[in-house]
Amino acid sequence: MLADRDRIFKNLYGQHDWGLDGARARGAWDGTKAILEKGRDGLINECKASGQRGRGGAGFPTGLKWSFMPKQVERPHYLVVNADESEPGTCKDREIMRHDPHLLVEGCLIAGAAMAANHCYIYVRGEFIRERERLQAAVDQAYAARLIGKNNSHGWDFDIVVHHGAGAYICGEETALLESLEGKKGQPRLKPPFPANMGLYGCPTTVNNVETIAQVPDIMRRGAAWFAGIGRQNNTGTKLYCISGHVERPCNVEENMGIPLRELIERHAGGVRGGWDNLLAVIPGGSSMPLVPAGPDQADTLLMDFDGCVAKKSALGTAAVIVMDKSADIVKAMARISYFYRHESCGQCTPCREGMGWMWRVLDRMAVGHATKREIDMLWDVSKQIEGHTICAFGDGAAWPVQGLLRHFRPEIEKRIDQYTANPHPNPIALAAE
Amino acid sequence: MSVRRLAEKQPPSFAFTPENLAWAKAQIAKYPEGRQQSAVIPILWRAQAQCGGWLPQKAIEATADLLGMAKIRVLEVATFYTMFNLSPVGRYYVQLCGTTPCMLRGAEDLKKVCRRMIGHEGEVTADGAFSWTEVECLGACVNAPMVQINADYYEDLTPEILTRIINDFSNGRTPKPGPQIDRINSAPIGGPDTLTDPALFATGKAGGEATPALMDDEGKKPGAAANVHESPIPKPPIADATDPRRN
Repeated sequence: MLADRDRIFKNLYGQHDWGLDGARARGAWDGTKAILEKGRDGLINECKASGQRGRGGAGFPTGLKWSFMPKQVERPHYLVVNADESEPGTCKDREIMRHDPHLLVEGCLIAGAAMAANHCYIYVRGEFIRERERLQAAVDQAYAARLIGKNNSHGWDFDIVVHHGAGAYICGEETALLESLEGKKGQPRLKPPFPANMGLYGCPTTVNNVETIAQVPDIMRRGAAWFAGIGRQNNTGTKLYCISGHVERPCNVEENMGIPLRELIERHAGGVRGGWDNLLAVIPGGSSMPLVPAGPDQADTLLMDFDGCVAKKSALGTAAVIVMDKSADIVKAMARISYFYRHESCGQCTPCREGMGWMWRVLDRMAVGHATKREIDMLWDVSKQIEGHTICAFGDGAAWPVQGLLRHFRPEIEKRIDQYTANPHPNPIALAAE
Repeated sequence: MSVRRLAEKQPPSFAFTPENLAWAKAQIAKYPEGRQQSAVIPILWRAQAQCGGWLPQKAIEATADLLGMAKIRVLEVATFYTMFNLSPVGRYYVQLCGTTPCMLRGAEDLKKVCRRMIGHEGEVTADGAFSWTEVECLGACVNAPMVQINADYYEDLTPEILTRIINDFSNGRTPKPGPQIDRINSAPIGGPDTLTDPALFATGKAGGEATPALMDDEGKKPGAAANVHESPIPKPPIADATDPRRN
């Protein structure tokens, strides 16, 4: 288990003061000026050496992302923090914003200096009203203490604006977020040009997740070697895990990367309801990722980091562990996820706009067995036609959970279809049009 | 995508209150010159609050005028983002999370409570006090199932607790937001089993103002001792002739 002294988010549960004094007592804003004196290259190299990968889902190396920003500052550079946390199962950034906001504010300053940005926008999802108020209060405290702002005590002019959305999951996609921040519909942009060249207001922009940025001050203070020493190679550091669903004690917890799933659930979440053998399946990384079924070479041996999840044909995503025990209706649970994607599709690309509704309607019928077996292959085929054929990764993220279901629970769907057709029904069996 | 249209019955006019207008100007000033469009979401939000929780067409048009935007652009935004209510909602607007993590822990039973106590989804009660709707993940999944009532989250619900909360609101009381069972925020039930080392929090003086280990005005210089890695990553010795680093 990760030692308490190696935890970054010391006020994860909000038992202590969230304000500036409390944050300082826990080590925030300590020696920030000396950190900034490392300069752009020093900061980026330190971040690269730590091996930190983005905590928002894709796992892109943070230092590398920062290094894409132009060396010469010809136009304003922007740092945008993605606090549009909407992935089902994920509730980690909320805890940072309401209980340890100063880590985020300090991280913004350091990351801003590393990419020569004087302006930062934090895009908070609309539903997080109290969290946004708390974050704004922390930003105001930092301004009042001259930690940020013009002519601050750190010698790097830096302004932070807390912006918010109004309930659109797609705005968690970085280019959709930028569109939304510019006051438009949140519809993703084609890449290239990448945000590092043409981002917010056409200027170089880097978008980072809240947790990524909030980890930066501790990485810089304690050194890259400390961070790199936790976890496994290519999967370094600590991570906030959100364990929800059918466990005895659902919770958020900070643990090292690469912790075995079973240890994570049994040590922190009180175990699966009814014991480990009662596990049906687990979604290791938020709803966009394929599920991993129970089994000795599946969930039993799943290591919770980027490479460990890929080895089980899933992905770490946001490390939101959704646990389903044998009482769960797996097809219905996945149909509900499909409904989520149908609701949240931005409507820009046809495969996604039309495909999400199609997949949901078919899955909804499959949940009660009101389908034909031919449709299972058809569903797989449609999900493959959506995957990779849309502007952003939303289409992939919606297709993967369906593919995960079909990969591992095809017999369950067939069983339901058999049961349904074995009994007389007034309605004819439906068949989706291809 | 969800189909969202303006309500059929619309109020005849809308004007920002002077207070909200001043607030809107302050919002616009947060964004660079010529980029006032960025403030459209916050201002629409404020307009919605002024109208009692929903956005009439005239409010959308007033926002467009204020920001110098084409009306269709603001209408696009208002219909795209689902937190803008295009028809009236109750004074206590219950948004019930129905996505999978909440569903697994009993959100469907909560829907029954809402149907029983408030009525059909999307309909406002006769006294204008309540309306409810099912929304997608609200991001409090370890405290599932949960609802959002106006600005606050009510977490760790059961049908009985939700019944009590709705009754409290209709009797003019405001129940305490957050987890409704014995639990500290998102910590596990029964208390946290991490972050229990008192040494983590020992730097602050008890009861007094906490002093950081190092003040910012006496910042460390680069290369000062505390800023150096305590132990660099050790390099393994070159083991044998097959090691490529030998050459």
